[in-house]
Amino acid sequence: MAKPIEWAATRLRATRELTPDVRLFEIEPDRAFVTATPGSHIDVVVPIDGRPQLRSYSLIGPCPDGLYRIAVKRLASSRGGSIGMWRLKAGERLTISAPSNSFELSYGRPEYLLLAGGIGITPIYTMALALKQAGANFRLLYAARSRGDLALADELARHIGERLQLFVGEEGQRIDIAGEIAQLDRRGELYVCGPFGMLEATRRLWYDAGRPVAHLRYETFSNAGNFADASFKIRIPRLGLEVDVPANRSMLEALEDAGVDMIFGCRRGECGLCVLPILEASAPVDHRDVFFSSEEQATNGKLCTCVSRAASGCITVDTPDRMPTQRHSPTSLSCRA
Amino acid sequence: MNASKPFPLNAWYAAAWCHEIGRELSARTICGKNVVLYRLTDGVIAALEDACWHRLLPLSLGHLKGDDVMCGYHGLVFNSAGRCTYMPAQKTINPSACVRVYPVAERHRLVWLWPGDPALADPAKIPNFHWNDGTQWLGEGGTFYQLKCDYRLVIDNLMDLTHETYVHAGSIGDEAITAAPFDVTHTGDTATMTRWMIDIEPPPFWARQLGRPGRVDRWQIVTFQAPSVVVGDVGVALTGTGAPQGDRSHGANGAFLAAITPETEMTCHYFWNFVRNYRRHDAQLTKELQLAHVNGGAGVYDQDHRVLEAQQAAIDKNPRSPFYDLNIDAGALWARRLIDRMLADEQARVIANVAAE
Repeated sequence: MAKPIEWAATRLRATRELTPDVRLFEIEPDRAFVTATPGSHIDVVVPIDGRPQLRSYSLIGPCPDGLYRIAVKRLASSRGGSIGMWRLKAGERLTISAPSNSFELSYGRPEYLLLAGGIGITPIYTMALALKQAGANFRLLYAARSRGDLALADELARHIGERLQLFVGEEGQRIDIAGEIAQLDRRGELYVCGPFGMLEATRRLWYDAGRPVAHLRYETFSNAGNFADASFKIRIPRLGLEVDVPANRSMLEALEDAGVDMIFGCRRGECGLCVLPILEASAPVDHRDVFFSSEEQATNGKLCTCVSRAASGCITVDTPDRMPTQRHSPTSLSCRA
Repeated sequence: MNASKPFPLNAWYAAAWCHEIGRELSARTICGKNVVLYRLTDGVIAALEDACWHRLLPLSLGHLKGDDVMCGYHGLVFNSAGRCTYMPAQKTINPSACVRVYPVAERHRLVWLWPGDPALADPAKIPNFHWNDGTQWLGEGGTFYQLKCDYRLVIDNLMDLTHETYVHAGSIGDEAITAAPFDVTHTGDTATMTRWMIDIEPPPFWARQLGRPGRVDRWQIVTFQAPSVVVGDVGVALTGTGAPQGDRSHGANGAFLAAITPETEMTCHYFWNFVRNYRRHDAQLTKELQLAHVNGGAGVYDQDHRVLEAQQAAIDKNPRSPFYDLNIDAGALWARRLIDRMLADEQARVIANVAAE
């Protein structure tokens, strides 16, 4: 029962490279600028392969000049959002949603630990500035592959000084997540945004440390998984269907494209509404959701079709469709064996 | 956006008396925000958005589970930081699931709540309401919850006490009030109306408080603290004993206290007290003073209540733009000016995207 999205017409005012792979976009709304709390994101309508698709990007704030700022990393293996965004030129029209927040920062905690990996710095940057303004006790640990990949690091150092610690992977520097968790005040909160591996490791170590689940904060959109995005095939024996999933489409999107009636909620692996039972899989299933526990994921009984996928090959699933007659139009079928 | 709202959000507002918040869920609406308040096991008060993340049922219809609140519909549990800690029928918790938390603080026997940007909630900005502490000054007080008028009408009422002559005739009202000159001053966040009535017959209420015969000097020094607190330093002293010069030892000194909290744009909660610094151990007097103010319709504040609601009803029916002003309204107009400045600043902040809804 999410609120309907409010769309806004905007213009891409300017872009600027933060690193060789990360581009900052300054977006100017035609009408009123809507303020956003730290952790907020906007959905951007991005043309991908000629059709408009939605991608979520964290806002980089504060924005005293009334421009929305987002940063997009160019990823060859992504589902197409980054390439579509990188093609945009200053002056082009863009449709975006009003900001919304599923990664809300809470105030008044005795201590905060912020963890950022790579492009995951975008929401964390805004949180760090807000915590600094609130006079909170916090530290930000920010890791990237190379020194040149540390987008926004200079700005951060200027704003938060020694509360920032940088970790460069290729120089052998690693965040000791377990050690950091052990040091954190028992009532403290940890906010993490980064690659899937970082999020998974942080979640596991947090639970292992017996910390309250509610004090680990993260959001899940645009998660990559344990395997690179590749194309694979879905078989649905009940419907006599085979559906190809291109590397840049989700399972859910591919099923919808094929006319399979699907129910869904968040479309980012949180709510568990688009779950289907797995009957068989010829390749590893790349679970990228946070709905199932890791034990549940390990059984490979079901998957969240909005984010999870097969690493390759073919996955056989069931659907809840119990319609007596086949509704799917044959033209939408893709039954190559 | 807050453009059209008549109240700033970045301010502390009285939400409850401390004694009203315990180990059960209490619902309030403050500046249009539905809030559920409760006390944690360690005594600290928590204030959450009163709507479950899942299907928006008011959490106040659920129940306390230790320091957490369980929704009375599907059993989702939220901790005092607003984070969901339990979801039914799944082994994990959706990381998006949370409800808003409002900064709260207990001070001066009241619970103060900050409905705006939590990053700006500085307890040092809680209004000076120390007269209500129950230490130096004594009085029981109470609340008109859901008074059916714009909170600013209550401020107007308290910043101009000529109304006492007509609304409260026979107790504190007196023709001398309308005859005496008054002075209005202001700072960046306060406005003060001062009126001295020299060498007058005390009105019946004050004659009783003084307990001595004789003519008096009467004072009303009413200070508004933006956006919605009013403290009135009031009393009488035998005339010629130096009260205007600062010696009140031959008098009786009280203070009326008002923390007026917008509930909606058209309703408010009026936290009131009348305190005194004389005969402080006289419990009978405390009771009498309480009844003098609120007494099933017969008290002084009951009279205000009736006028304020009737005034709002008339405003609703006569959308004349909006009032005509008299010179007696100077205190009220300064108070409204300070509120308007807060609103403008807040709007500028919104545009500047430093604050956030």
